[in-house]
Formats: sequence, structure tokens, C-alpha cells
Amino acid sequence: MTYSMPREQGLQLLRHMLRIRRFEERAAELYQLGKIRGFLHLYIGEEAVAVGSIPSFTSEDAIVATYREHGHALVRGTSMGTLMAELYGKATGCASGRGGSMHFFDASRRFYGGLAIVAGGLPVAVGLALADKLQGRARVTGCYFGDGAVAEGEFHESLNLAALWKLPVLFLCENNLYAMGTALARHQSQTDIAAKAQAYALPAETVDGMDPLAVETATRHAVEFVRNGNGPYFLEYRTYRFRAHSMYDAELYRTKDEVAEWKRRDPIMTFEQTLRTARLLADTDLQNIETEIATEIEDAVAFAEASSWEPVEQLTKNVCTPKT
Amino acid sequence: MTKITYREAVRIGLREALQRDPRVFLMGEDVGKYGGTYACSKGFLDEFGPERIRDTPLSESTFVGAGIGAALGGMRPIVEVMTVNFSLLALDQILNNAATLRHMSGGQFSVSLVVRMATGAGRQVAAQHSHSLEGWYAHIPGITVLTPATVTDARGMLLTALHEPDPVFIFEHAYLYSIEGELEEGPPAVDISRAAVRRTGKDVSLMTFGGSVWKALAAAAQLAHEGIEAEVVDLRVLRPLDTGAILASVQKTHRAVVIDEAWRTGSFAAEIAAQIMEGAFYDLDAPVARVCSEEVPIPYPKHLEDAALPQPEKIVRAVHRLLGRG
Ligand SMILES: Cc1ncc(C[n+]2csc(CCOP(=O)(O)OP(=O)(O)O)c2C)c(N)n1
Ligand SMILES: [Mg+2]
Repeated sequence: MTYSMPREQGLQLLRHMLRIRRFEERAAELYQLGKIRGFLHLYIGEEAVAVGSIPSFTSEDAIVATYREHGHALVRGTSMGTLMAELYGKATGCASGRGGSMHFFDASRRFYGGLAIVAGGLPVAVGLALADKLQGRARVTGCYFGDGAVAEGEFHESLNLAALWKLPVLFLCENNLYAMGTALARHQSQTDIAAKAQAYALPAETVDGMDPLAVETATRHAVEFVRNGNGPYFLEYRTYRFRAHSMYDAELYRTKDEVAEWKRRDPIMTFEQTLRTARLLADTDLQNIETEIATEIEDAVAFAEASSWEPVEQLTKNVCTPKT
Repeated sequence: MTKITYREAVRIGLREALQRDPRVFLMGEDVGKYGGTYACSKGFLDEFGPERIRDTPLSESTFVGAGIGAALGGMRPIVEVMTVNFSLLALDQILNNAATLRHMSGGQFSVSLVVRMATGAGRQVAAQHSHSLEGWYAHIPGITVLTPATVTDARGMLLTALHEPDPVFIFEHAYLYSIEGELEEGPPAVDISRAAVRRTGKDVSLMTFGGSVWKALAAAAQLAHEGIEAEVVDLRVLRPLDTGAILASVQKTHRAVVIDEAWRTGSFAAEIAAQIMEGAFYDLDAPVARVCSEEVPIPYPKHLEDAALPQPEKIVRAVHRLLGRG
């Protein structure tokens, strides 16, 4: 990695990656304690993708993500406290506790989930982009999904429609090589995902998803391209999930060696090294960042703990919009 | 009799099916290398090989459709859809092809397909992963809908289903996989035309199926302490429905509570209530009562999820109301 960014911006990338990592490590502990339940899909190992890409979107743009969305919401700016409260299921959570880990939402940041049906977000993103186009707004919709989604019909239908109608949507495929336990090569005849997108006449690019700088550069260009009215764009980030698919699985589908090999490319470790080599990061900087994050996490956990449960009397609240 | 988990029972049934008939094969998401989402096919890939244990891409519509085609082509596919929630992506194939081909072809083609899927709520996995839609499927003519609640049924219904000429859908409540039960002696294949009375009683009939059978039995045990004898009818087969068993029980107890984990409005419970009204109205001492899920997508937090779903206490309260003790 050659470094080509102002120091503060680089530190910000590192800070965000560490925020995600530490937040999720804490969430995993809280899961063991029974504070968090249901499914908890960790993003650990893939942080460079959200951290390098999300800041390319303005606050006017829209984000659609999956059930592995903790990192995206954190970088988008939703407060860690409301995210932690959501993991707890507390009323102060970013979805009033109704959704939990898989369903983060934040209307004020145009964050449309947290959607847990694989590929279910793509058609929605196409529609958000259609609305912008019809209303003449120069906004972009960023749609994140995994390599598994590439197999669904909705992936193909959405790419086709977006390209056909020249809609301002950026497709962001987080290719971590596995859909649960099924390796890409075991579920795709064509494993070059960018090539599939090109088949729908979409400009598409493959990016090193373990390198936040590469992610940043590629995403910034792609967002610009879409915002300038050139129609949709497709990015495939090559990345890797270090943990199990959800909290536990037997990991029968991959070897320990393979995981260890990818861990050598840990985006936090390697980027830290890049910054040090460029003499932009001193031990004290790192300590300060870690201290800040530790405080943020403690505050978030305290907030979640102190928050109240939604009263059962409100069980059927928000099923329909109240008539005024 | 031996005690095994429901998961183990499904496994035994699957293995027997694969061993008995070379036309049988299993396909679905993560059935092979991962070992099955609920570990029902762990080790099968090694045992039976990749021709017969087929990991599919995330393409519910296509692999269910391929199951239909393979059945038409003379195979006996068992298609596993990971959960009922994702079966919605295959609904077109199920409703427009599997269920109609025989009729549309004037009886020329039969689709001998078995589809298994996990169903139900109760594990705090929120709105998109907690559906109970077996009642929807029971709406469709041309298919059989099974809801095994016991280990004997979990193993045996699959084997019977594979002898059916038309599509059979088996709904395994996700909550049940870790529950233990006694595997009954007898031939492995079980009857799939009749309901089963899981507990006899004379005061009230609790009609239910799938995961709710255990809640009804818990409620019946509680009621027994108060001297109320509840009969628990496990419907087992939602289509074709064993109406005779439903009416017989009501004719004995004169009161019925239907328990269904789906939402109340338009639920399968409504169908049962209607059947009772049509066939045993004059036997009733009280209106038929229903305990269903509240009209809300299933929330994540435990206290709200519990409140949204049928629970033994809610069943007990419904019985009290019927008996004028509310
Ligand atoms: C339509 C649908 N089918 C199956 C599932 C179950 N499921 C949840 S995540 C997942 C794997 C998805 O893999 P990928 O898209 O690569 O995302 P990753 O988990 O790797 O981030 C599966 C099969 C689902 N949620 N939705
Ligand atoms: Mg993946």
C-alpha cells in the first residue's frame, strides 16, 4: 500500500475500523452473557469496506445494507449508544429495539436497513434511485450485499433494471468468498462477479477490500460517476470474514490455515503498518484512539443497560401508520 | 423405546430415505459442506456423495423449480428450503407449477416432490426470520401439508411423503429440533392422513399443530391441576385436513380452543373454527376460541416476542373464559 492521503483522513479510517472491531468484540462478549440474543453476524475482518466506502456518500444519499451492517451504521454516524441499545432490544435502540442486530435503521441518515433476506435490498435500492431520478435529485443510493446474493434472481433483475433505466444506484458487493458455508466456487459457475455485472452493461470493478485506501479511491470515483448522471456502477470488494457466519458455526467448510492466511491481511493491522511506515502514526496516537473508543463503548453499554424495555402494552405499536 | 432429539429423528428419516431409494436425493442451501443449517444432514455429503447431497446457490425459486423438474423426470427429490421465510422467493414455483401441473395437464403429469423447511418463531430472530406460514400453504389444493410435532412423525412422515405421487410440504418447527422425545416402535413410515390425540380429556379440546402442540400439552397439564381435563388434538396434516377427528373431539368435549402460531386474521385457526361451526355447531356449549399470534411482525426483544406468540398461560386463560371461570 502506498499512502496518499492527508494524515487526519488516514487516522480517521483507522479510528473507524477500530471502532467497528472493538464494538463487535464487545457485542460478542455480551452475547455470551445473554445480553444480546438471536442472530449476531460479525463484520470482523471486513471493516475496510464499510470504512473506506461509506464516507464517499453524502448525508443526502441513501444506504441499503444487510444483516451484517453494524460497521456501515457506525461509519454512517448513528450513535454507538443507540446501536448497542438495539442489540439489547431496548426501546432507545435505533429501531426501538424491534429489530436487533440484523435490522438497524436510521431515517435521519437515510439508512434503510438492516435487511435480512439475502438480495432483498437490491430491488429496494433500485426503487430509491428511481425516485431520485424521477424527482431530478442528484442523489446516489448505495446498496451493499454479499457474494451469496449474486445467486438470487433479484440480483440479476435489479442490475438489469438499474442499467436499463440508467438509475443512480451504486451496487457494492462484499465478496467474502462464502455464503454461510458455501464457497463462491461451489455456488457460481462464473466466479468473476464483476464480469456478471458487465453482462448487464454496467461498468464494474474489482477492488481489494482489505485495503481501506483502495476501497476509498474506487468508491469515491464510483459515487462521482453515478452522481453525474451516468447510470449505475458496480464494485466488488474482495474481503474475508474472520469469525463464524453468525455467532457459532462448526466452520466445517474452510480450513484453519485459510483463515490464518487471511488474518495476515487483517485490514487494521496492515493499515496501521502503512501509517507507521509513512511516519503518520505514533504509539501515543494509537493509544489515544483506543482510549477514546474504549470510552465510547463503555458509554454505549452503560446507555443500553440503563435504557428501559418497551412496555408490553405497546406490542402492536408501529404496525400501521397512525391516521391523523 | 429410545429417546432422541427431533433433529436426530429428521436425520434418521433422511438417511433411511436415501438408503432405500436411489432416486432420492437431497438438495438445498448448505445441506452438504455446512452440514445443514440445523445440522440435520451433517456427514451426509461424505456418506452419500455430492451427486445425492447437493449444495445449491442462494436461488430458492430455481432450486425448488429444479426439484419440480427432477420429479417430473423420474427422480424423488427432497428439497430443503432453509426456512419458511425464504420459501417466499419460491412461492411462484410452488403455487404456479408444483401445485397446478397435474390439474393443468389433465392428469398427465404428477409432481412427486418433497419440500422440507423450518418454520416458526420463538428464538429472538426478529420479523424476517420468524414467520409461521404453513397455514398459507394449506390454502393450496394439489399439495399435502405436514407439520410433524413428535420425533416419530419427524422421522416417519418423510418416508410416507416420498411415496406420495404429488407434492408434499413438511414444516419442521425450528424450536423443536433440540427437543427430545421417545421414538415409537413400529414401521418407520407413519400414516399421514389422520390427526392424533396426544392427550385425552372430556372438558375442552385444544386443537393445534407443530410447535404449539407442546404449548397445548403444557397448558393441559396446568389445567389438570385445577381438575379440568383438556384433550389435545395434534392436527399433524393441515391438508388434507382430518375433519372427522376434529368433530369427534368437539362432540365429546363440547368446547374447543384452536392454537395457531400464525397471525389471527385469516389464520388456519379460522379454518378449524369454521369446520367446527359447519360440522358440530349444535354440539358446542361455547363459541370456539382462538389463541394465535398478535397482529404484529414478530419483535426481537424476548418480552415482546413472548407477548406476541401463543403461550401456555394464554391457552389456560382461554379455557377459563370458555368455562366461565375467567
Ligand atoms: C433468501 C434467503 N435465503 C437464505 C437465507 C439464509 N442466509 C442468511 S445469510 C446467508 C448467506 C449469505 O451470504 P452472503 O450474501 O455472501 O453474505 P455474508 O453472510 O457472507 O455477508 C444465508 C444463506 C436468507 N437470509 N435469505
Ligand atoms: Mg459472503
